[in-house]
Parts: sequence; structure tokens; C-alpha cells
Amino acid sequence: MNRIDYLFQTKKERVLSIYVTAGFPKLEDTLPVMEAIQAAGADIIELGIPYSDPIADGPTIQESNTQALENGMSIKTLFSQLVGFRAKIHVPVILMGYLNPIIQFGVEEFCKKCKEVGVDGLILPDLPMSQYLEEYKALFEEYGLFISFLISPQTSEKRIREVDENSSGFIYMVSSHAITGAKSAISKEQEEYFERVANMNLTHPRLIGFGISDAATFQLASRYSQGAIIGSAFINAIANSSDLNRDIQAFLGGVLAEN
Amino acid sequence: MKTSEQMIQVDEKGFYGKFGGAYIPEMLYPNVEELRENWEAIVASPTYQEEFQSLLKDFVGRPTPLYFAERLSASFGAKIYLKREDLCHTGAHKVNNTVGQIILAKKLGKKRIIAETGAGQHGVATATVCALMGMDCTIYMGELDIKRQRPNVERMRILGAKVVPAVSGSKTLKDATNEAMRAWIADPVGTHYIIGSVVGPHPYPEMVARFQSVISEEIKWQLLAKEGRENPDLVIACVGGGSNAAGAFYHYYNEAAVRLIAVEAAGHGIHSGKSAATSVLGTPGILHGSKTLVMQTEDGQVIEPHSISAGLDYPGIGPVHAHLHAVGRAEFVGVEDEDAMKAGILLSRTEGIIPAIETAHAIHALNQISFNPNDLIVINLSGRGDKDLETYIQWGNY
Repeated sequence: MNRIDYLFQTKKERVLSIYVTAGFPKLEDTLPVMEAIQAAGADIIELGIPYSDPIADGPTIQESNTQALENGMSIKTLFSQLVGFRAKIHVPVILMGYLNPIIQFGVEEFCKKCKEVGVDGLILPDLPMSQYLEEYKALFEEYGLFISFLISPQTSEKRIREVDENSSGFIYMVSSHAITGAKSAISKEQEEYFERVANMNLTHPRLIGFGISDAATFQLASRYSQGAIIGSAFINAIANSSDLNRDIQAFLGGVLAEN
Repeated sequence: MKTSEQMIQVDEKGFYGKFGGAYIPEMLYPNVEELRENWEAIVASPTYQEEFQSLLKDFVGRPTPLYFAERLSASFGAKIYLKREDLCHTGAHKVNNTVGQIILAKKLGKKRIIAETGAGQHGVATATVCALMGMDCTIYMGELDIKRQRPNVERMRILGAKVVPAVSGSKTLKDATNEAMRAWIADPVGTHYIIGSVVGPHPYPEMVARFQSVISEEIKWQLLAKEGRENPDLVIACVGGGSNAAGAFYHYYNEAAVRLIAVEAAGHGIHSGKSAATSVLGTPGILHGSKTLVMQTEDGQVIEPHSISAGLDYPGIGPVHAHLHAVGRAEFVGVEDEDAMKAGILLSRTEGIIPAIETAHAIHALNQISFNPNDLIVINLSGRGDKDLETYIQWGNY
């Protein structure tokens, strides 16, 4: 069974996924950061493949992408770092990336490597669902890779049902009209959208991302879904860290605090 | 009769052959769908056409002249006409598209306009039509370009637009486009994004080409009146993203006897590492929502191009041009910075027209292609050189 399915079968609420850009803050930090994220209690690790033009991301993740690229990160390097990571990491690992670097690497080769090293799923924000169905679905399935599509407050009910039908693992629910980035609070309007989707009885669990940054927003998101994804706030927490283990422990400890 | 495979046309998913499509984040899907579903019907409606045609005539100043360049013709030994898009209001062809899109935005009930700009020409053309329609306008422009193109920045501000610097990446056009897309994600309901070239997700490339196609539509009847034939032997236009070329080529795409010459910026030399000749240096990839030729590293990271003209300084080309290149329908020529500057002076001295440096690339292409003495050539004179005075002065070789 795919680790993502297993996770959602065994844990129904307060699932926490942490996004981190691969090769950030330093090139060799990828694995130590993953280990620390797992040790601090996160349920899923979302590893970002850095890209020069990440159009769905806000300044924090953009800067981490630029930094990782300057550090020399590439898909090739990432897979070489990931060889053998399953000896230490047991939580589901998802690669998030824009399509262009993956196409240049070769989509089939990419899928093959994912399977070899033990990656469970993909989030590809600029891969349209129609293109996925036409070109990539069979390939991803062949290599056992799950894919999570995104929905936003603008997504129609019909489209949400299509996303539910074609996603595997979980649906990535974008919290607002926004690019990624830490915001201070969640509005009434957003809660109404969370509730509307929660009442749709979708097949797949949902994780809410974008603007989730601390215990309060995590708890609120968890009220309407199986959990949430934190990216920018985590990147901020480790950007200038002199002790990654300590700072990751502290950050996740704060997010996971009950009250 | 041509088969449909040979025809240059967009399919219903927005592909020209292998290039095009809509590779966009789901957050933009509703906006792009709204446009895709509605634009053609709106543009075809009589009320739209009435307003559009009237603005093209009285506000933009169309039709623009098709001018026989006698002294230029004599110096190159061919019959050369210049399509005077430089005489459009705001100084370049860009305004054809912004007029088209602003009326569309209004009909879609949008209240706010955003746009990207490199040199500032598209930004000025957008700010202009927003002022005309009383719409809120925000222009994204690379921080570096803001410094390089001060007069256009101030023009936009005088017209009431807010100019927001793009501070990410290389701080130029590519990054301004990223910022505009992000801004659209942040306000998908009330905002229309006026893309300035034949790039971006479907339906933008075809929609912008359609608004610019008035160029070749006019060339056809003007040439018929002057020469008794609709088709020249060659049409020459410069290509950055490729909107003026798409407009000049549009009604000739499927006229096989007309040679289409697409002129790219070769910068310091195509293989110098400082160039924007995407047809040579690019490989298939995804940029700003469409599959096209992209200048990129082997890891798929987008490379920052170079050209002396900010309008050609783009690491991709519109998907239609990638297709014209792939099937050999257009000939691609790379013109270097220095040669473009010289051609700008040549046109100034022989015809009394100081061209935009983008356009000067198209003029210089006459030196790099073969043609016959009897050939009828139309060069799309896409913009005037006022905005480039500082670059001409710094170059100084006149």
C-alpha cells in the first residue's frame, strides 16, 4: 500500500505536512532536515524541487528556491541525495515541483527514480489535470506515484469533483486567493469555503495549504479537513538557523501544541 | 488544397502543432477558462466590434500607412514597404492588443487591470487604455528595467497606473510576468491580466495574435491598392515574444508563396552567451503557461537572455513561432546588437524614421537574407525610437 493511503487510514485528523525546498538552507541539508521534520512529529514531508520561475509561490519560497539553485541543487543531485533515505525516513515523502525541470530530466526517468528511492507522491502545480490524464496518468500509475491536484476558493463544485476523481492520496486545498506565504489569520470567508468543501463528502482526504503558519491556523484548518500543509513559515524558521534540529523541533513543537 | 496538418492554426486545446497549451496552476484555471469560453463570442459581437473598430480608427490612428521606402529600396535593390505601426498612438503596435483586451475586460465585468512590461511599451499601452476606460491599472516591471526605462515608467505614472517593481530572479521581463501571474492568482475575480505578447496560457497567444492581425489585414488591401497584389514576396518582423510578427504574419501563415522572416536578437553573437535568439538556443519547455522553445539550462532552469533592446530580451517565443520554426514555415534570422544599432541609423538617414531598436533588428535582416531584385518586401515597422534615445546616445556611433 502507498504510504500516503496508509497514513490517512490510520490517522484521520491533524495530519501535518511540512514543505521544505530541497537543498535548503545548504545543499547537504536535505536529508538532515527531513529527519528532523520526522523526528519533530510531522506526518508527511513535501520536498520542493527548486525552480527559477515558481509562479505559484510567494517571496519566501521563491527565495528558498533561488538559494537552493545557487547551492547547486538539481533533480539529479536530489535523487543522488535521496538514495537510501528510506533507511531513516518512514513517513510519506512527496515531491513538489514545476513541470519544466521534470520534463527536461525526462518524465519517465523521473518516475522511475522516484520509485527507486521511495518517493510516494507528486504535487505539480502547473500540470493541468487534462494534460495529466492525456499524457502522464498511465506512467505515474505504473510507478506507483500518487498525485494531488489543487483546488482553490474559485474552483467550481463540478471541478472539485473531477479533482477528487483524479487525485490519489489527498486533495491539496489552497486556502485563499493567494500564492504561498504566511498570513496572520484565516477569514470568515475562508472558513465558509472550508466548510462548503468539507460538506461535499469527497472520496479523498484534504489537506489545507497556503497561509497555514502556526498552532492556531493549523488547528483551524484541521477542524475542516484532515490536516494542513505548512511551507513558508517553516522555511522562515530554518532560513538562518545555526541549529536545524533545535529550530525544527521548536517550530513543530509550537505548531503541534494542543493549545 | 492543404491538409489541416499543414495549416498554421491553433487547435481547440490551444496547441500549434506541439507547442502551446495552458500549463497553469489550478488557481488560475477559472480565470483562464472564463476567457477561453467567452473571448471569441464577445469579440465577434457587433457591439464589441463597433467599439473596437471605432477606437482603432480614432484613438489608435488606424489604418497605419503602408509606406514605400524609396531610398531604402534603392540601397538594398528590392521594393521595400514599411508598415508604419510606429505611427500608432503610444508609438508601437502594442496598443492594438491593449485596446482589444480592455474592451473584452469591460464586457467580462472586470474592474482592475494588471500587466507585465519589459521596456515599458506594453505597460504604457496598457496604462493608456486604462486611463481611457477609467479602470484601475497596475503594471509589473522588473526592478532593473525600471531603472533602465525611466521615461516609460513616468509615462505610466502620469497616466495613472501604479508601477510595481518585480524584485525576484533577474528583475526583468520574465520576473515581471511571474509577478503579474501571482497578482492574478491573488485577485482572480475582479482582475483581468492583459498579456502583451503572443505568449502565456491558451487562449492568450491566439487572442493577442488576433488583435494584432489587423496589421496583415491592412497590408493585404493596402498592397492590393498600391501594387495590384495582396501578397508580398517577403514579410519581415522582429520577434521577442512575437506579437508584432504574429500580427504581420497572421493573414499570410497559409499563403505558402509569402516568405515569413522572423528576426531575433542575437545580442553579442548567437553563441556568445549574451543573446536572445531563442529559435537557435532554445529547447522545448514550459514558460509562462505554454509549451514553447525556451532558453534554459539542461536542468530546466530558465536562462536570462540578453539583447540591447528590452523588447526582444525574453527567454522564450510565442508557441505559434515555435511551431512556424519547427515546420519550417518561417525563416529565423539572428541580428546582433551592433548591427541593429547601425540599421537604426541607416533607416533614420535614408527615410527620416528613427525606429525602435527592436524594429531596427528587422531592418538589418535585409543584409542577412537572400532575395531577388524584383521582390516585394514588407517590413513591419513595429515601433518608433523615441523610447530608445538614451540607448542611441550611449551607443553614440552616429
